[in-house]
Amino acid sequence: MKDLAAIAVFAGVVGGLTWGLESGVWLTFLMMALYVALLAQAWNMLGGYGGQFSFGHAVFFGTGAYVQAMAQLGLGWNAWLALAAAIGAASAVGAGIGALTFRYGLRGSYFALVTLAFAEVFRIVSVSVGFTGGGVGLMLPLRESFGNLQFGSRKGYIVLVLGFVVAALLVTGWLRHSRFGARLQAVRDNEDAARAIGIDPWAVKLGAITLSAAFMGAGGAFYVQVFQYIDPSLAFGPTSSVEALVAAIVGGMGTLWGPVLGAAVLHLLAELTRNLFGELPGLNMIVYGVVLVLIVLFAPRGLSGVGRSVRDLLRARRG
Amino acid sequence: MSVAACATCCGRGVAEPLLALDGVSIAFGGLRAVQQVSLEVQSGTLSALIGPNGAGKTTLFALISGFLVPDTGRIRFDGRDITGLAPHRIARAGLTRTFQIVQPFAAQSVRENIAVGAHLHEPRRAAALAQADAVAQRVGLGALLDKPAGDLTVAGRKRLELARALATRPKLLLLDEVLAGLNPQEIAEMIPVVRALVADAADGGTTVLMIEHVMQAVMSLAGHVWVLAQGELIAAGSPAEVTRDERVVEAYLGHGTAARLRAAAA
Repeated sequence: MKDLAAIAVFAGVVGGLTWGLESGVWLTFLMMALYVALLAQAWNMLGGYGGQFSFGHAVFFGTGAYVQAMAQLGLGWNAWLALAAAIGAASAVGAGIGALTFRYGLRGSYFALVTLAFAEVFRIVSVSVGFTGGGVGLMLPLRESFGNLQFGSRKGYIVLVLGFVVAALLVTGWLRHSRFGARLQAVRDNEDAARAIGIDPWAVKLGAITLSAAFMGAGGAFYVQVFQYIDPSLAFGPTSSVEALVAAIVGGMGTLWGPVLGAAVLHLLAELTRNLFGELPGLNMIVYGVVLVLIVLFAPRGLSGVGRSVRDLLRARRG
Repeated sequence: MSVAACATCCGRGVAEPLLALDGVSIAFGGLRAVQQVSLEVQSGTLSALIGPNGAGKTTLFALISGFLVPDTGRIRFDGRDITGLAPHRIARAGLTRTFQIVQPFAAQSVRENIAVGAHLHEPRRAAALAQADAVAQRVGLGALLDKPAGDLTVAGRKRLELARALATRPKLLLLDEVLAGLNPQEIAEMIPVVRALVADAADGGTTVLMIEHVMQAVMSLAGHVWVLAQGELIAAGSPAEVTRDERVVEAYLGHGTAARLRAAAA
């Protein structure tokens, strides 16, 4: 109940902010921060609550993005229908990769490397085959209308991505208060102990990666609708994988609000450095890297857990 | 050949035993960790598996609970063959083990830990948490429900390990050294808890098979004892019988000890 109330307040505040803001810069900032929060929350479902650290969440992001574009361009589908297909396709890819990797018991760094490899394979394939437009990528024609999921103002997109973020928060809240979530966290904390009390780790992790992939796919579809363009390295390159996991880790894995907080803080930092140092390509990644190192060293629970980390540190000093 | 374990003691009644092992063996490379073990556990009993370090007791538990698959032999539980089933399927069938090295879900509270066990038969979160409270009272963790499991003492963790397994409402509970690492005071507190598991007919009564090194506990708790040494069952019977058994004495104290003890006593 507390979680539900907090999510409602969050939606209200962000909605009100969107209503009131007129500055294009700030609206874009809000939109991008929410977009990263969506990716981070998607990653958090599997990484934070399931303990399975994916380095290749771009594979779901890219699948969502490409299906969103191809369904409209190739099949002539309505954009909303394409969105459903994009989310469905991403979760199917998630289930497929999950079924394989978890079947063979891959954990920890092995799982991370395999997901990274899958993303690379998808990137190379999407360069090579015709229906993805190859290396040139795909461009959506500009047709602003609600039916086409294209909005004249940032505000329309913000409402859309806010909807996704709220849905992701609700699913995460459900993970915190449900049998499935309890089992997922049990598998994260100790797989053998979980098995001994009747939990099938494979089934639980498979459920988590499918959920996580669905939201990542929604993020990819959103990206295509906003920028009306996708190419192999935007879709399957490391950027979205890194943004998702860094924001979740910086904010606090396995928490409801950590990924949202992490996304906001990182995005703010990236904007600041851009203002200070100008438009150097890749600079935001350097900033992300430095912040990630600092967080892992000094606040392993992430920003939302700083209070507890400090308490533990003091207790350890005294004890 | 191994000792025909139960023929001498339990008497082959009409009822099928809850657990029956038939010639179970496993080898790791050249090490024959468990060899041709056959034993039967009757419903509603509390029995113990003892033996020197490295005898293969924990390996045998791993075989029964599905964490290892035997090279040869069959395992029947509650009327069905469970040989080679995955651990979670065996747990769902009603057989739960605890671990010698306690394995709490450290990031979660005591209540949440136990509730994960209760969720085996209870899909609703609130009901599982309520069951966790009840189970915690039974094992004496009632005051620590909101503590993070990682903050518990060794004694507390042992109780948690027991509580989490108990929350799955097992027909058969395999306890792997729940008393190890406890001080005499804590052992004295824990023994009635274990005894109550079987006696509590109110919740169907659990059958318990325990690995235990604390002989004081084995003597006061177990109705029947199996002795495992170097992977083989070497003796079975009541606690008093097996502690008099010369093979058992030699397994613990070394070859020839029984004769020397006899000579010394004479």
